[in-house]
Amino acid sequence: MIKSSAIAFVFLVLVLVGSGVLAQGRGDDARAMQADDAANPAFLWVKRGEDLWHVRPGPDAKACADCHGAAEASMRGVSARYPRYEENLRRPLALDQKIDQCRTERQNQPRLTPENDDAIALAAYVGLQSRGMPATANSDGPSAAYFEGGRRLYETRMGQLNLSCAQCHDRLVGERLGGSIIPPARVAGYPIYRLDWQGMGSFARRLRGCMIGIRAEPFLPDSSERVMLEFYLAAREKDIVIETPAVRP
Amino acid sequence: MRALINIPKTAKQGEAFEIKIIISHPMETGHRADDVGKPIPRHIVKELICHYLGDEVFRAELHPAISANPYFSFFALADRTGPVVLSWSDDKGARAEESMTISVE
Repeated sequence: MIKSSAIAFVFLVLVLVGSGVLAQGRGDDARAMQADDAANPAFLWVKRGEDLWHVRPGPDAKACADCHGAAEASMRGVSARYPRYEENLRRPLALDQKIDQCRTERQNQPRLTPENDDAIALAAYVGLQSRGMPATANSDGPSAAYFEGGRRLYETRMGQLNLSCAQCHDRLVGERLGGSIIPPARVAGYPIYRLDWQGMGSFARRLRGCMIGIRAEPFLPDSSERVMLEFYLAAREKDIVIETPAVRP
Repeated sequence: MRALINIPKTAKQGEAFEIKIIISHPMETGHRADDVGKPIPRHIVKELICHYLGDEVFRAELHPAISANPYFSFFALADRTGPVVLSWSDDKGARAEESMTISVE
């Protein structure tokens, strides 16, 4: 009797099939995945980031946790402030660059290459600690010039198609480009799991996709242009809430 | 092969409880080529099996059209306290198994 009851009631609810169908959807599926931590594949990276947080990257290097302690407390609200102007560098740094700075200066490790799974995992883990908090990147004082630079890039026509970011992502939000809905340019969910990528990626990767699409030469992940654009987008919308790790079609 | 597994810690006897698993896997179809035209060999999870109290309660056979990092959600009927064991394997012979205990009141 015991055996039969255990076997009795089993059925499969959902297997995600293919990327094409979902990639063209309205994003409701992605939203449902994001809303459930047990269904959000980005948590594979978050879990990896949590492991990395506690691991010493080299024999005489400290782990993140050795200085920062529990990320739930020390990293709370941190990613909501990024990209952030660094007084000593006199330029803004994005979160992934800040993590790399910590790695090279405090852990004496080689920097993580952009888009490296570990780099994404750490950014996702740190970003998660700010989930639900309002984005508060600050564009006052000396950083105003970078905010302005980002705005100028956002509104500059580029590439063979001669399009600016603003033309689509401000003025045509909700319209269709091919089969896809044009989203507003929001950076509060990065790094994101994209169904189209079948994996997780940074803002720099998303930007690269868009720039190749308009046949422009993409801004490199470390370029000041990428950081200025990210800074502008983070700082211009104060009432946006951090969603990391977000799922997007 | 990492995975995220989610089952409730407790359940009432006779109640259905949900088992969720996301397996970290590229699920490479075998139909794609790399930048220089060389075919990328197929690399997919072939099988996922779930045992509860030693009985097989769920089995899935996976095929190339399933997305990377496949997600499964299914139900089993709570009977008594015991292990829920999930095991899966891919076509390169990699195997993984994770066991969790659910306590049934």
